[in-house]
Amino acid sequence: MFDQEKLSEFKTARKEWESKELQKSLSRSAERKETFKTGSGDVVGRLYTPEELEALDYMSEIGLPGQYPYTRGYQPTMYRGRLWTMRMYAGFSTAEESNKRYKYLVDQGSTGLSVAFDLPTQIGYDSDHSLAEGEVGKVGVAIDSLEDMETLFDGIQLDKVSTSMTINAPASVLLAMYIAVAEKQGVAPDKLRGTIQNDILKEYIARGTYIFPTEESMRLITNIFEYCSENVPQWNTISISGYHIREAGSTAAQEIGFTLADGIAYVDAAIKAGLDVDSFAPRLSFFFNAHNDLLEEVAKYRAARRLWAKIMKERFGAKKPQSMMLKFHTQTGGSTLTAQQPDNNIVRVAIQTLAAVLGGTQSLHTNSKDEAMALPTEDSVRIALRTQQIVAHESGVTNTVDPLAGSYYIEAKTKELEDKAMEYIKKIDEIGGAPKAIDAGYIQQEITDAAYKYQMDIEKEEVIVVGMNRYRIEEKAPQGLLKVDPAVGEMQKKKLVTLKEKRQNRIVEERLNALKKACEGTENVMPYILEAVKAYATLGEICGVMREVFGEYEQSVML
Amino acid sequence: MSKLIRVLVAKPGLDGHDRGAKMIARALRDAGMEVIYTGLRQTPEQIVAAAIQEDVDVIGMSILSGAHNHLFPKVINLLKEQNAEDIMVIAGGVIPEDDVSFLKEMGVAAIFTPGSTTTEIVQFIKEHVEQ
Repeated sequence: MFDQEKLSEFKTARKEWESKELQKSLSRSAERKETFKTGSGDVVGRLYTPEELEALDYMSEIGLPGQYPYTRGYQPTMYRGRLWTMRMYAGFSTAEESNKRYKYLVDQGSTGLSVAFDLPTQIGYDSDHSLAEGEVGKVGVAIDSLEDMETLFDGIQLDKVSTSMTINAPASVLLAMYIAVAEKQGVAPDKLRGTIQNDILKEYIARGTYIFPTEESMRLITNIFEYCSENVPQWNTISISGYHIREAGSTAAQEIGFTLADGIAYVDAAIKAGLDVDSFAPRLSFFFNAHNDLLEEVAKYRAARRLWAKIMKERFGAKKPQSMMLKFHTQTGGSTLTAQQPDNNIVRVAIQTLAAVLGGTQSLHTNSKDEAMALPTEDSVRIALRTQQIVAHESGVTNTVDPLAGSYYIEAKTKELEDKAMEYIKKIDEIGGAPKAIDAGYIQQEITDAAYKYQMDIEKEEVIVVGMNRYRIEEKAPQGLLKVDPAVGEMQKKKLVTLKEKRQNRIVEERLNALKKACEGTENVMPYILEAVKAYATLGEICGVMREVFGEYEQSVML
Repeated sequence: MSKLIRVLVAKPGLDGHDRGAKMIARALRDAGMEVIYTGLRQTPEQIVAAAIQEDVDVIGMSILSGAHNHLFPKVINLLKEQNAEDIMVIAGGVIPEDDVSFLKEMGVAAIFTPGSTTTEIVQFIKEHVEQ
């Protein structure tokens, strides 16, 4: 990247500096620590210079924004053109309550919706299922049927917003409900913009809301790819997620290595199902975490972008540039928040916001300060949203594209993370791909090892968490935390009883039977799910049919 | 030589956050205890049956989904019904202060919230399990 003659002059100068100035400084006083490490535990050098980037070719590795390999961002103008979407993940209790929260967020300047579903919904159980007891409406909104979905988006024009839905195993059903609500509003499917998470592999690895076995789940996912490429072309059909892998305790390199390995498995499955790579790859999207080590995180996003571009071009022979562009959502790191001195979390979230923005994110959710204790209150959500707005409008970092590029450290770290992630991908390829590596427990084991090491480092105070293992104070119990009304479960149960009385049960039965046949065969199941949804078959009934045909995933339990 | 302490680490309910449970399980094992980890989505009935069958001294449960007020008391009541209330129940997760006193009244011996160290938990178990 640099002129050879100048570089050799520099190397001589550096040696001299090391023996003189540096030596003198170190002999006067040693550094604070023997080794300095990133948040992921990687050793950081004292100084990064042109020498560290000697082998890096600017044009092929860094290039220009909007050009392969997209290290500097996938658009030529980035935030000068348009800011990222400020998308706050929200949902709790009933559809009525959550609808109010969405309208509040939009009033406060949120530019996209992001729906959190409760656990029974995410695992395909209606609110009246015995396993749903105590969980209804807790970590998100309870959706049992199209009726709830109509309430959830009441007064929100679906051609005016983009909506992200954190739904995986039953993603096909919730997407069908969204399409059906839009239809009732007179909005055609090709006008809909949004994302379903639809990433089952990371559910097996880290998040836990799986239903069906791997092969059947991959079929549902490719069915969605195919259906959307024809009918809902602006929809992001998957959000391949490193977020939860990182929350489970992985390092930054593992976050991108394992996530891109999952991505490779989805592309493989779709190609195997007969789809052309350029027909679905432009609608693949990603989801990453933002932790506190600002520079490591920025390098991580840049490394992920470059590596994915290379994988799509070289491994899969994609032709369309859009197939090679890694677009991603970011959420700040929930596991970095402390229950102690929760106001400090505002500062952590601000640093993480900067990381995501300096790394070129397309959308961002900022966590609220009270999330180590409960779901956030309206006030704390507002501060979290304001944090994004302050970074967007006051910090100045949005004025130029990829402002940290060319920093010797950032470029060296980007390369290091790319190489480390690639090592993980190679290892997973050797095992036979991500699904096999998950079955063998390899990925889970690597994450748990990293998490345990981090926990021990905290307990030995080798890692300092302000307010938790250092700078502690006596604190009173926090006041005013959000509580979900325990009556939600009963309310949902009553709604189900009424629904089953007023819908046409004969049609429901017919459509569920048709769905069952489709599941048993090889057809795309999406149209059948949509028909069942429109007849007000419940989520639990639809997933029940699929459970019957597909069976259920069995987790490989390991420590 | 005293008998090894046996602990069942369990994830009740539908919650998939298992980082905490796995960390505790490993730390207890490293501290010389015998640990059985159930994996995800265990019903209270399954947890109590496993605890009795494995003849454990302690059940440690982790919930981050907010279903703790429902699921922890169920486990305690089932233990009573089966005359197994000598098994100590401890818990952890995202559990607001307001719920801690209720759960302790119900019979949970200790609740470890975010920021707790594995050292404290190991110590608590060693102090409270009669060997």
